[in-house]
Amino acid sequence: MARFRKKKSGNQPAINTASLPDIVFMLLFFFMVSTTMKEVTMKVNIQAPEATELAKLEKKSLVTYIYVGVPTKQYQKMYGTEPRIQLNDVFATVGDIQSYIAQEREAMKENDRPKMTTSIKADYDTPMGIITDIKQALRKAQALKLNYSARQKVER
Amino acid sequence: MGKRDVPEVNAGSMADIAFLLLIFFLVTTTMDTDSGLMTQLPPPVPIDQEPPPPIKDRNVFTILINSKNQLLVKGKPMRVEELKDAAKEFVMNPNREEKMPEFKQEEVDFFGLYEVSKGVISLQNDNGTQYARYLLVQNELQRAYSELRNELARRKWNKDYEQLNDDQQKAIRTIYPQRISEAEPKNIGKKL
Repeated sequence: MARFRKKKSGNQPAINTASLPDIVFMLLFFFMVSTTMKEVTMKVNIQAPEATELAKLEKKSLVTYIYVGVPTKQYQKMYGTEPRIQLNDVFATVGDIQSYIAQEREAMKENDRPKMTTSIKADYDTPMGIITDIKQALRKAQALKLNYSARQKVER
Repeated sequence: MGKRDVPEVNAGSMADIAFLLLIFFLVTTTMDTDSGLMTQLPPPVPIDQEPPPPIKDRNVFTILINSKNQLLVKGKPMRVEELKDAAKEFVMNPNREEKMPEFKQEEVDFFGLYEVSKGVISLQNDNGTQYARYLLVQNELQRAYSELRNELARRKWNKDYEQLNDDQQKAIRTIYPQRISEAEPKNIGKKL
């Protein structure tokens, strides 16, 4: 059985690397597709509450986010440890919501505007006072479709 | 058998394999979508609008949540776990009890004349209520309604509510409208 005889010479042929670009491109495409772009840097800590009756937010372009939570460590010196509102990349107050909604609505296409949804991403431990204030501001801004962001509850 | 070089591995099909893998990942990965509880806020009330006529006591299912996250439903303390069934019983009123909400006859597509409950769920929370608890209560109420709708859809069409067409869903929504009114919060048990 000569077929399995070991070769005597030690110099190995170089591995063909012609397909390496393909693999790299594949990985690139994969990561490009599967990663969701982080739109804002979170300045507040949010641990989403759990719920079962969830509806998916389909079109990202129709959704405006409002983040509520305790500021992260590095901002606690400036903004304290009380829950704060974050709009886009900045801390805001309830008074800023109306203009923020108006601005977001302005940026949308005309026929998309009635479908605009606001998503409140709030920490589970936020007191309701701040949420109610936001809701009142949203009512005034005529942004009536509201989504309380939540995670799927795991049945035990 | 003399000395022989190992033949080069044919790399021509490597690209094909790469593309196959790429397509496989493209198809199987799901991007994590945001999800949450959908609600509809009531439009702002004009200042000059006169207050709506009062609703009969038996038609209102009042839920109060205090700053310690305790529930008071129709004047009695209740655990969240019981809330869904209580809400369902309130809307259905299976025994036509005096204390439970009234019904009005209404013409509904597919169903004909149908008894529609006049019941309204009223939810009021304190400023100190934990957000998670408020959401849990909202969730339980939505669950009550979706279970009611599903039960009716199964009785009528042997299908889940989600699988019905738009007209059928609308008919069921007329029978079980999601009427949750939220009162202005109170500020009693304020945490300092």
